[in-house]
Amino acid sequence: MKKKNKTLNLNFGPQHPAAHGVLRLILELDGEIVEKADPHIGLLHRGTEKLIEHKTYSQALPYFDRLDYVAPMNQEHAFALATEKLLNIEIPIRAKYIRVIFCEIGRILSHILNITTQALDVGALTPSLWGFEERETLMTFYERASGSRLHANFFRTGGVHQDLPTKLYEDIGKFCDKFPKTIDDLESLLTDNRIFKQRNVEIGIVTKQEALSHSFSGVMLRGSGVSWDLRKSQPYECYKDLEFKIPIGKNGDCFDRYLCRVEEMRESIKIIKQCLRNLPKGPVKSIDGKISPPSRDELKDSMEALIHHFKLFTEGFRVPAGDVYAAVEAPKGEFGVYLISDGSNKPYRCKIRAPGFSHLQAMDYLIRGHMLADVPAVLGSLDIVFGEVDR
Amino acid sequence: MFIKDIKELEKVVNSELASKIKKSTINFNELMLELEVENLFSIIQFLKSNDNCRFRQLIDIAGVDFPEKDKRFRLIYLLLSHEKNLRIKLCLDFEASKNIPSIVKIFPSANWMEREVFDMYGIKFTNHPDLRRILTDYGFKGHPLRKDFPLTGFNEVRYSEKEKKVIYESVKLEQNYRNFDFESPWEGTKYLKEIKKKSDNEKKE
Repeated sequence: MKKKNKTLNLNFGPQHPAAHGVLRLILELDGEIVEKADPHIGLLHRGTEKLIEHKTYSQALPYFDRLDYVAPMNQEHAFALATEKLLNIEIPIRAKYIRVIFCEIGRILSHILNITTQALDVGALTPSLWGFEERETLMTFYERASGSRLHANFFRTGGVHQDLPTKLYEDIGKFCDKFPKTIDDLESLLTDNRIFKQRNVEIGIVTKQEALSHSFSGVMLRGSGVSWDLRKSQPYECYKDLEFKIPIGKNGDCFDRYLCRVEEMRESIKIIKQCLRNLPKGPVKSIDGKISPPSRDELKDSMEALIHHFKLFTEGFRVPAGDVYAAVEAPKGEFGVYLISDGSNKPYRCKIRAPGFSHLQAMDYLIRGHMLADVPAVLGSLDIVFGEVDR
Repeated sequence: MFIKDIKELEKVVNSELASKIKKSTINFNELMLELEVENLFSIIQFLKSNDNCRFRQLIDIAGVDFPEKDKRFRLIYLLLSHEKNLRIKLCLDFEASKNIPSIVKIFPSANWMEREVFDMYGIKFTNHPDLRRILTDYGFKGHPLRKDFPLTGFNEVRYSEKEKKVIYESVKLEQNYRNFDFESPWEGTKYLKEIKKKSDNEKKE
């Protein structure tokens, strides 16, 4: 009698520690081989885009912290850039440097989380214990700048909320001197580790061509050998004055993506150091009272400042009609905001382009033919955060 | 010919696709092409394969709702060319009843993007391999990003201690959602004006 092959349907998630959030995967298995993967997303859908249509521009900004909550300020950045483009304003040079410092801190935050949890998914516990200590330090920098560890609301339209305390610049500098040692330590645990390599090398290979047609961006694209980084190719803020390299992978597998992330952290440290060294003096937000609120001191003795303050926090500012697309190189890839303004104080439409959405979409293509145990490894290297995938 | 900037791209696109493009505009240094639904597929194919364009990556598809217009919906396709380092926007206006050709055959990544547009706006795509809802709940009714969909939605879920399971109920609000009109506080807000108009009319009668 011939044995009939029957595929097994397996439900993975939505509550599974290796799913990196609330992902539900319906897997079709033939023995241990995955034949098809159907990701069900939307379990964290909060209707951010709908909510933004009902809020003024300054009220809409904090929603961006809640998208990719691993690197909050990078998300705010895209929205701030989009509104600034519509308003046609240039932000002060010091604000640009502060923004870049915190964007790179966000990149390190995100990459530490990704590398260490990817290691955790394939069985290594120690990296996450070491990595999270550094993340904690970085989050105190967030707290000292904005008052909160995660939901910063720091990159406002026209600049940043406030200047950093002098001591903070010193402490960030000290961190930059110390951190490369931590990266070395993490690498000594993982890069030549036999088990880590067995689980990641030649797993989830993406070719150059496929990476492009699946709308990959960021490390997912660079891991496959495409030299593309928005910080270099379409520079925003002061990135064109800074010196840094773009690490590129060769094989497009999970291991190359891991290596790219490690190198990107080193480059980020270089960028932060350059910014601290060359930090110009001056205001940190637009001096236009119609866009950025006045300082507390001014409120006490200037009638005009008081009026501006009142108008900004009731009516908000109006943005000229038009539509723009602004994108930043977020840690996970190209994070973009497509904004339509009808000339009022609220966005008419705000479409958020999350890199994780396209990456997760390719899950079926990436995992087909792999073993069930490779699912967490591939998922880990995609760097998925459900806050941004589901929006 | 090597295209350096967006203006040259506009010229090339206009000369190659002259009859198929309704209008091309450059605002904020971004090129936007307006097209007819019928030409969408061929234009995207052209932009992807033509040597002067090489828009090999679809960045996103954004739906927009204009309930007061005849052509109610708009779709914006954002494309990126890595080789030329250029971006382009394609804009499509159409009536609510119209079906849009799916571009999954050209860009596999359009699959989820089109599903999202379908989920949020109810725009249907022809030849789409798997047009299901994606972000909303299983069994969800309505299309949340349409302007006539209320912000608070229709249903809410909670855990019922009695039935020992999560149940769906229609939304009960202690007070209505207050959408304050701050646009011009000096002249009185819209709803105050409406109340005033009403009472004036009553006085006249």
